[in-house]
Amino acid sequence: MKRRITWVLVFPVSLLFFSVSSRFEVLDGQKSLTDTAKKAVKFGFGRTATPKEIASWDIDVRPDGKGLPAGKGDVKTGRIIYTTKCAVCHGANGTETPGVKLPGAALVGDTLAKARPKTIGNYWPYATTLFDYIRRSMPYNLPGSLTDNEVYGLTAYLLNANKIIKADVVLDAQNLPQIVMPARKLFIMDDRKGAPEIK
Amino acid sequence: MKANRKNNRKVVTGKISRRTLISGLIAAAVLPVNALFAGDLEKNERLLHDLDDPTKSPGPGPSPLGKRSGFEKPVRKPSDISSRTPLQDLHSTITPADLHFERHHAGIPTIDPSKHELLIHGLVNRPMKFSLADLKRFPAITRTCFIECAGNFRTGKEEMTPQDVLGLTSQSEWTGVMLSTLFNEVGIDAKAQWFLAEGSDAAVMTRTIPLSKAWDDAMIVYAQNGEAIRPEQGYPIRLLLPGFEGNMNIKWLRRIELSEAPYMTREETSKYTYPVKDKIRMFSFEMDARSIITFPSYPQKVSKGYVEIRGIAWSGRGKVEKVEVSTDNGKTWQLANLQEPVLSKAHTYFRYLWNWNGNETEILSRVTDETGYLQPTLQQLVEARGPNIGGYHMNPITAWKVKADGSVWFKPEKYTDK
Repeated sequence: MKRRITWVLVFPVSLLFFSVSSRFEVLDGQKSLTDTAKKAVKFGFGRTATPKEIASWDIDVRPDGKGLPAGKGDVKTGRIIYTTKCAVCHGANGTETPGVKLPGAALVGDTLAKARPKTIGNYWPYATTLFDYIRRSMPYNLPGSLTDNEVYGLTAYLLNANKIIKADVVLDAQNLPQIVMPARKLFIMDDRKGAPEIK
Repeated sequence: MKANRKNNRKVVTGKISRRTLISGLIAAAVLPVNALFAGDLEKNERLLHDLDDPTKSPGPGPSPLGKRSGFEKPVRKPSDISSRTPLQDLHSTITPADLHFERHHAGIPTIDPSKHELLIHGLVNRPMKFSLADLKRFPAITRTCFIECAGNFRTGKEEMTPQDVLGLTSQSEWTGVMLSTLFNEVGIDAKAQWFLAEGSDAAVMTRTIPLSKAWDDAMIVYAQNGEAIRPEQGYPIRLLLPGFEGNMNIKWLRRIELSEAPYMTREETSKYTYPVKDKIRMFSFEMDARSIITFPSYPQKVSKGYVEIRGIAWSGRGKVEKVEVSTDNGKTWQLANLQEPVLSKAHTYFRYLWNWNGNETEILSRVTDETGYLQPTLQQLVEARGPNIGGYHMNPITAWKVKADGSVWFKPEKYTDK
């Protein structure tokens, strides 16, 4: 699974960037971009980062699940956390209420491709992104304050509210990357390369 | 009395220098006495005249920090989430640092430069941390280029300035170290294809960038227009990806992780993506070629006769090849002068001398970049992408309506869904 996802992600775009020039090849008209080093130099500036230093900052999560921490969370506990910490900005149910402008974006909506507003249900191509984003930057007034279990719970609640997973699912590092988001099939990589054509 | 009134008016409008204030106060104190007792009206008049003559009294001396003339009031236009550059107030392509547009997602962090470090890890031979002092020891490069927010498109009413329409683009002279120099220092694993860049703001902003950009022209910059980067622009360091959409130029940069696959962060999936027919296009990095006339524009006025039309043009894919201006509603197009030097991925200033006959018309500009791409009309973009265009990566031709009274108005474009 992991391998397949990686391949699917990397292949189309790696074609675009296949002609990676070597470090020392200077493109015409870009000569001013070369610095004073005439060849590859190891300058010896900087220091080796310790595993502990890396671990304290390395919070990213990839679609193949790399980076997901231990822990788990379910829809029920996620709903409680949502009500306590998220509803003040995103509304009681995370849905858009006509005529009401909330501080936070609508999170819950129809999964149909053309449905609006853009929500997790119709515009988020990867479930892992939810975990990554909530953990790093939510809640807005206290980013980074949620435990990993709380983030799993919130992710479960929001996926269930968007009718993507059932109410009894307990999310963890194994099953979160397996979830296929309704919007995944809509997303395409930009393949424009600079040409007269308007696309 | 006259002196007092004049002095008061100047205070109210705020257009007063210290020198004028001081001499004005002296005059205000002295004049009534003169008028009353000496009765020397002629001398009185002369003194009044002196208030407006800068050759008649010495000005202030040197100071530690310069400031703009009190007569000049260029300001950014802030909303809750961004502030826009007053393009109509600029006469060339460098944006003064305090007028550079802002867009941040959880406010501006306060970072102590002596404690700030950049971590590079992931698919590298040796994970490393670099202090700001370390980064400044590496060979440096200076480059002038634009940064434009990918969501830089507004329309809808005639009362819009260039700042309102596309004020989320600015240009600076950036100095820092080539990212390739740092990548050479850590050693990049052959499996790496992408890198994640992460900021140390409260959004802990992240984007995935193709590794090829690092070998091409990406930089880690610490200076903007010769001095330390402004806090709004990423102090003490930011990623600079010439030509790529603004959001990817991660500010307050603290971490880079090399990877074989993209991370699909929130900002590259549910944001900064846009409908193209029945699909959603993602990973649009380069900003497409665009131009706008900044003079004359709303709310300026012009007079019959010679009007030098001025503006900026740019492309995220290289140099501006040519800019054409139309003064007849887009029927015919004339070549504009490009101000040298024309730099790659940089705002380029253009000028075209127009002899206006006083008749109502529309003036427009369009740019062609070195890939042969010609800036499209809004209608062409809609035909290529469908009617649900959204606001990202929109670069349509901008038209200004010049009315017979010399007033200039933005033309909100209409389009039809064919």
